[in-house]
Amino acid sequence: MRRWLLWLPLGAFALLVAVVASGLMRPADRAVHSALAGKPLPAFTLAPSVPGKPGLSSTAMRGQGPRLLNVFASWCIPCIAEAPQLLKLKQAGVPIDAIAVRDTARAVQGFLARNGDPYARIGDDPQSAVQLSLGSSGVPETFLIDGSGVVVKQYIGDIRPDQVDAVIADWRAAR
Amino acid sequence: MIAEAGLAALWLAAALAALQLALAAIGLRRGEAPVLATVRPVALVQGGLVALAMLALILVFQASDMSVKLVAENSHSAKPWIYKVAGAWGNHEGSMLLWVTILGLAGGAVAWFEKTLAERTLIATLGAQAAIALGFYAFLLFASNPFARLNPAAVDGAGLNPLLQDPGLAFHPPTLYAGYVGLSVAFSFAVGALVTRDVGREFARAMRPWVLSAWIFLTLGITAGSYWAYYELGWGGWWFWDPVENASLMPWLAATALLHSVTVLATRDGLRAWTVMLAVVAFSMSMLGTFLVRSGILTSVHAFAVDPRRGAFILVLLALYIGGALALFAARVGTVRQGTTFDPVSREGGLVANNLLLSVILGIVLIGTLYPIVAAGFDVQLSVGPPFFNKAAGPLALILIVVMAVGPLVRWRRDDAQALVVRAVWPIGVTAFAFAALVVFAMPIGVLPLLGLSLAAGLAVASVAPLWGRDLRRTPLFTWGMVVAHLGIAISLAGIACDSAFTVERLIALRGGDSTRVGPYKVTLDGISPVVADNWSALQARLSVERDGDVTRLYPQSRTFSDPPTTTSESAIMTVPDGQLYTVLGQPDGTGRWQMRLWWKPFVTLIWAGGVLVAMGGALSLVGRLRKRRPRREAWT
Repeated sequence: MRRWLLWLPLGAFALLVAVVASGLMRPADRAVHSALAGKPLPAFTLAPSVPGKPGLSSTAMRGQGPRLLNVFASWCIPCIAEAPQLLKLKQAGVPIDAIAVRDTARAVQGFLARNGDPYARIGDDPQSAVQLSLGSSGVPETFLIDGSGVVVKQYIGDIRPDQVDAVIADWRAAR
Repeated sequence: MIAEAGLAALWLAAALAALQLALAAIGLRRGEAPVLATVRPVALVQGGLVALAMLALILVFQASDMSVKLVAENSHSAKPWIYKVAGAWGNHEGSMLLWVTILGLAGGAVAWFEKTLAERTLIATLGAQAAIALGFYAFLLFASNPFARLNPAAVDGAGLNPLLQDPGLAFHPPTLYAGYVGLSVAFSFAVGALVTRDVGREFARAMRPWVLSAWIFLTLGITAGSYWAYYELGWGGWWFWDPVENASLMPWLAATALLHSVTVLATRDGLRAWTVMLAVVAFSMSMLGTFLVRSGILTSVHAFAVDPRRGAFILVLLALYIGGALALFAARVGTVRQGTTFDPVSREGGLVANNLLLSVILGIVLIGTLYPIVAAGFDVQLSVGPPFFNKAAGPLALILIVVMAVGPLVRWRRDDAQALVVRAVWPIGVTAFAFAALVVFAMPIGVLPLLGLSLAAGLAVASVAPLWGRDLRRTPLFTWGMVVAHLGIAISLAGIACDSAFTVERLIALRGGDSTRVGPYKVTLDGISPVVADNWSALQARLSVERDGDVTRLYPQSRTFSDPPTTTSESAIMTVPDGQLYTVLGQPDGTGRWQMRLWWKPFVTLIWAGGVLVAMGGALSLVGRLRKRRPRREAWT
């Protein structure tokens, strides 16, 4: 056998180490790529969730510039944790609409009274039907919708304090 | 106190590993007998100390000592004690400690039992074993300390992943690890033999029982893991080509190849370089498996610790050990004298074909497992699943089965092809008959299951053929071992083919009182009721299953665990001689009906029965080899 052939396994192994080392260096991509991104909102019309605040429809979300659509529920603990961030976003001028999932008017009112109310409109989604059509499987989730009603981005889970600036930047970029 | 004692034992074991390596190196260089004589005892004490550390970890878990961080993060006081004990290795740090414990014990066992290997090669082997252990001790002590304290102590633990709260956890990891890490002995033997340039028949005979033992554990571990996944995950599958499953399959393929090539080396003094290479590859695959699981580089149900820094640490160890061994191989193996040569049509030829096929299958599994990492380098997210592995490895596995059926019928050194066909006439006839019968009675089934079932029948006949015309009482145990192991593969193959050809699946929503048919069974949902236990509550379906007038009850559950809050489905499985009825309770559909998933799986149990038989064949062989250990003429099998 030729001598250099004996070094072949070592060469192959070096290649393998290089491949996995590069895999290890690259930060894992844990961002969720929403299947809805780049697509228009699915059509929906939801009745008002609480008295005195309008309900929400997909057509009404068009033509008013980019805005956030927050999917939440009064029974959801992470939504309480998320509330201060949403208020900050509202102060920064980001309009936020919401869908209340599997909830009652009284419970939502209580939630808003305790945690603040950043929402312009809240639609009532008693069976999670609209939530599912948005491809959202849990609460809270937030969608960035551009002025023409197209989904730009989906944030899964609560928006954490360190994410607020990035969300504002995303919103500005969508204008 | 116990935790600190465990940590101290671990540090001492690490120090002794360093000493063992140094003594072996100095002893070999200077050739001083007194120095060489110290290596064995040091290896023994090192093994004992690391075993003590493992014992300490089990004790703190058993006592639910919540001031130990690992216990607080992975255990819970309300858990049944067996899961507290098994929980010691149901997490990253604990499982790594189990890993080095087996490494240390394997080194100790070599020091204690190995009497046939040349002394210098043995010392070099123990030195290599110490070098491996040293790296993993460093990994534990600097990057994964299992005994770290938590101050203040936790009130109670976070609990163990409910999927792991199963008797399978108590046996599957230790068995699999014994196999994985047992292969380190073969690796160290290879390195030792390269260092002393002593690759030959004596070396092969000394190494064989160690490879065989590791291989038996690995076979059992994989079989048990497969059955565990089958009943615990509730998906009705027995192999998913999950990266971690592949990580256990790859060392097994390499060890199986090694087991056969080492026989050629021991019997005929051939395949020297190849055998050494396989010994290096087998344990390299174990370490690669460890790396893939522990680094979180691949997404898998088994990956508990996603930590790139730990991954980098193991990768460096991997590069040092495997790279070092391969470099030593390249530099030294050229100086190893060529072994004897042989004819293509011969037992050796068959074993070479076996080795090549196993190696190609190993290559396919390796490429399929690592491909997602390569693709990620080009910003492509993908996963490689069963379609690739089945298509790529399936046909090769069937060719391997043919080689396996014919191989034992071939004579050593050289054989006559025509005479061979005459000897194989029965297996060929049975295969053809089974094929025809299936085509007539069982169509339509897929091509692979059809070939698989026919070949399984032929292999079953061929594997007992070596016993024909022999005095069974005088047949050596290792011949029995080969027969039983090959028969086990035939049985396993038959189970696999039956499962993919004849399984009936039914996904249906049932109301209380509704019935449905699946296979030969009529399944009736009698009702749903809640049940509670110490650390979980569940919804339980009451099913009556009826076949030919016999009614049995089954109780599949949807279990909710409190710590941590998780839902698992506990399938209810009824095993009968001709298969299994597998029932899973799903979600309510909101209108009073419950989703049920039902499978009738004819002869599926043969898969694991075959696996156990393969391991038993290995055990028979091992006993046979150990009995023959007193140096005498090697019998040809």
